[in-house]
Amino acid sequence: MGMEGIGQRVVRKEDKRFITGKGKYTDDVKLVGMTHAHFVRSPHAHAKVVSIDSAAALAMPGVIAVLTGAELVADRIGNLICGWMVHSKDGSPMKMGAYPAMAPETVRYVGQAVAVVIAETKNQARDAAEAVAVEYEELPAATTVAAALAPDAPQLHPEAAGNRVYEWSIGDKAATEAAFSGAAHVVSMDITNNRLVPNPMEPRSAVANYDSGDDALTLWTTSQNPHVARLVLSAFYNIAPEHKLRVIAPDVGGGFGSKIYIYPEEIVCLWAARKVNRPIKWTSDRTEAFLTDAHGRDHISKAEMAFDADHKILGLRVHTYANFGAYMSLFSSSVPTYLYATLLSGQYVIPAIYAEVDGVYTNTVPVDAYRGAGRPEATYLLERMMETAARQFGLDPTDLRRKNFITSFPYQTPVIMTYDAGDYNASLDAALKAVDYAGFPARKAAAAARGKLRGIGFSCYIEACGIAPSKAVGSLGAGVGLWESAEVRVNPVGTVEVLTGSHSHGQGHETTFAQLISERLGIGIDQVSIVHGDTDKVQFGMGTYGSRSGAVGMSAIVKAMDKVEAKARKIAAHLMEAAEGDIVIEGGEFKVAGTDKKMPFALVALAAYTGHNLPDGMEPGLKEGAFYDPTNFTFPAGTYVCEVEIDADTGKTEVVNFVAADDFGRMINPMIVEGQVHGGLAQGIGQALLEGTVYSDDGQLMTASYMDYCMPRADDLPSFDLHHTTTLCPGNPLGIKGCGEAGAIGSPPAVINAITDAIGHNDMSMPATPAKVWAAIHGRAAAE
Amino acid sequence: MTTVSMTVNGRQVSADVEDRTLLVDYLRNAINLTGTHVGCDTSQCGACVVHVDGRAVKSCTMLAVQASGSAVTTIEGLATGDELHPVQAAFREHHGLQCGFCTPGMIMTAVDMIRRHGGQLDEATVRHELEGNICRCTGYHNIVKAILDAAAKMQMPAAAE
Ligand code: FES
Ligand code: FES
Repeated sequence: MGMEGIGQRVVRKEDKRFITGKGKYTDDVKLVGMTHAHFVRSPHAHAKVVSIDSAAALAMPGVIAVLTGAELVADRIGNLICGWMVHSKDGSPMKMGAYPAMAPETVRYVGQAVAVVIAETKNQARDAAEAVAVEYEELPAATTVAAALAPDAPQLHPEAAGNRVYEWSIGDKAATEAAFSGAAHVVSMDITNNRLVPNPMEPRSAVANYDSGDDALTLWTTSQNPHVARLVLSAFYNIAPEHKLRVIAPDVGGGFGSKIYIYPEEIVCLWAARKVNRPIKWTSDRTEAFLTDAHGRDHISKAEMAFDADHKILGLRVHTYANFGAYMSLFSSSVPTYLYATLLSGQYVIPAIYAEVDGVYTNTVPVDAYRGAGRPEATYLLERMMETAARQFGLDPTDLRRKNFITSFPYQTPVIMTYDAGDYNASLDAALKAVDYAGFPARKAAAAARGKLRGIGFSCYIEACGIAPSKAVGSLGAGVGLWESAEVRVNPVGTVEVLTGSHSHGQGHETTFAQLISERLGIGIDQVSIVHGDTDKVQFGMGTYGSRSGAVGMSAIVKAMDKVEAKARKIAAHLMEAAEGDIVIEGGEFKVAGTDKKMPFALVALAAYTGHNLPDGMEPGLKEGAFYDPTNFTFPAGTYVCEVEIDADTGKTEVVNFVAADDFGRMINPMIVEGQVHGGLAQGIGQALLEGTVYSDDGQLMTASYMDYCMPRADDLPSFDLHHTTTLCPGNPLGIKGCGEAGAIGSPPAVINAITDAIGHNDMSMPATPAKVWAAIHGRAAAE
Repeated sequence: MTTVSMTVNGRQVSADVEDRTLLVDYLRNAINLTGTHVGCDTSQCGACVVHVDGRAVKSCTMLAVQASGSAVTTIEGLATGDELHPVQAAFREHHGLQCGFCTPGMIMTAVDMIRRHGGQLDEATVRHELEGNICRCTGYHNIVKAILDAAAKMQMPAAAE
């Protein structure tokens, strides 16, 4: 293993441009003749668009065009699609209403675009948008599941009677009923998972350019998967044929799921750029981001768990209502179903599970995958249940978990998943040791002496990363395959370019992917470039989400590397007149085993390109590609322990200790892995303590800026204490499991379990704001 | 339109802008220094922090005309040639950035923090003083480490290393 190979804490190659201000994000793109777009957005949650009068706006300085939803529809620009068909338990397909990129007739959430102004400058576009006179006829709105399912609720879409998108189920209902009828104990809880706004620090942005000479379009956009963007824009939205559309996702300032989807603004900018024949830039401001970026979570669940007399779990029954917002976003249908309910077995042997999920339309921003997507919701539900059950039984919460852990693999859960490998006791042991569980009572007493309430809470999470395989997800309704592609191009001088379909928006691929090449070829990571994010450079890819870049993306690179090495070996054997099987690659050299014959990799590369002396019949060059389709998800897991201190006078919770013990399989760069965990923990602790999206009953978003939506800041968080245990993933060549979402999945229940432990009161919902915690301590109705 | 002139990163610059132009827009659009970022519209996130006459300022909170005649330093002006500023180096060393979007503002805030506190920085102070800068990627853990390390190194004469 070289200094920069697998397992090394190599500092990142990409950092230089970011720390010197040379990163190139979409809003940094400037084109000659570029114009600016500003959207006219609905102030109402639900209304008919009666008329749009653009005359005053068109007369304003710099204004080039005002385009409306009616014109968009007239130009046959397609409605936004949902890419995963989920069927209800009665077999009927989900019921979806039309989702136009700008609303021609009806708006269904505050912030939905009805028109766009194109002007010479951003300020001119903004000013003119104010002058577009839109007449609305307000309709009653429903912003919660309860309101949308009420008998007299307003109907959002004619296609979805009762605002129900689907009534889905998974598991064995009869077996689960039987488990409950034979149970010694049943634990029941109502559990809400609060709606979140992803809030990557870089607001979404799109720059669209139309080249009338080539009749081709280019889109720079803040996307986690530019190829899927191009595919969908071409195949469904009628923007341009795929070969006439180039999508570039340059440096992207965080995504967390919210930049997976194709958004109306990208469609409109491309369409409008052709119409006005000028380049167009649109960049969201932060309030626009709150109003239009896909939100996350928003589940209301009733959960019941059956135990035998020995506290072994017999069964789990869950009914969840998922608030989808006003329209179905690109992957939204799969989040509360195949990404959530399939993880409801957690780390436990649960012989029977039955889960029902009702998807519901409301007059709110569309909801889709956000960091963890479904797994945080499953983990929160299960781990709140386990802690609550332990308290009801008077057991130590870690003992109850151990008693029910899955300990032999592979393990088939009752809800589709086959866990391939894991050691849940090992991560629990590591976490308990790190947190000094035995010393907790003394720390609690010391805190009490200082007038503070101290509590400890646990969470044993599992996640499913690298969603796969394509055949399986296809049979479950997915509209895309979930493989990844890679191409390894060795240059004649021995430097290497890796073209990957994965996309980095902070994950450090330029470093970790290069570390893989360094490990294989023994060359420095400076000799390797990682090329991604441009559909004109990389042939195809599925992008980055669901912690798939390591497990799936790097596996594709391994496959391409295998081919490169096989050919290079043949060349080296030929040049050194040795048997191919005797060639070993070591420290950047090709050696003939058992002899002192060797040649540097760079000379093998050069020979491939000079073509002067290659084996008979061999094509010159050294460049190979591969597609990798995984055989299964990977299953990272771990134990998180949170210790809090609460000020009873103010209700303020301080996280005084947070221990994470994770099993991510093989780690390419532990420094980067730990950074991913830190970020996930901050988002999960943010969900537990601070973040919550609030709509008024009539559908106004009350938390539409950083003044109102409480983002975790440095002062709100502790330093984290991270530990690792390792079982390799048997399903991919590197043994990688994935780490990007663990922190956000595992931490919320640990925090809430710690708070409820501290206050001795189990009724606490997220976010556990000081007002709510104070009310719980002092026995007052919570100030919601 | 007003002609606004100032020194940016030691270079005299001048551009005609609308009176309402914010300093951040002046830097990004009139002067083409796009390292300074915009992450919000309420002066909460700190992605836009630059130094005006040596002090950290949220450049989305100040009009360009207000900075007229000042000396402004942006992230692009922090390194000396190829040599990174110690705070820049520490962010890299400690993996204090992921997507890099908040990073210019974080670094400019950190430089000013260290200037004001010298070596007297501790973790609680750093966390408290970072309240005006939001990072969604790193959980702050490594940013705090980077700032503490840079503060210690900047105090230490190179000879002592
Ligand atoms: S852009 Fe200045 S504080 Fe957010
Ligand atoms: S590194 Fe992405 S927001 Fe801080």
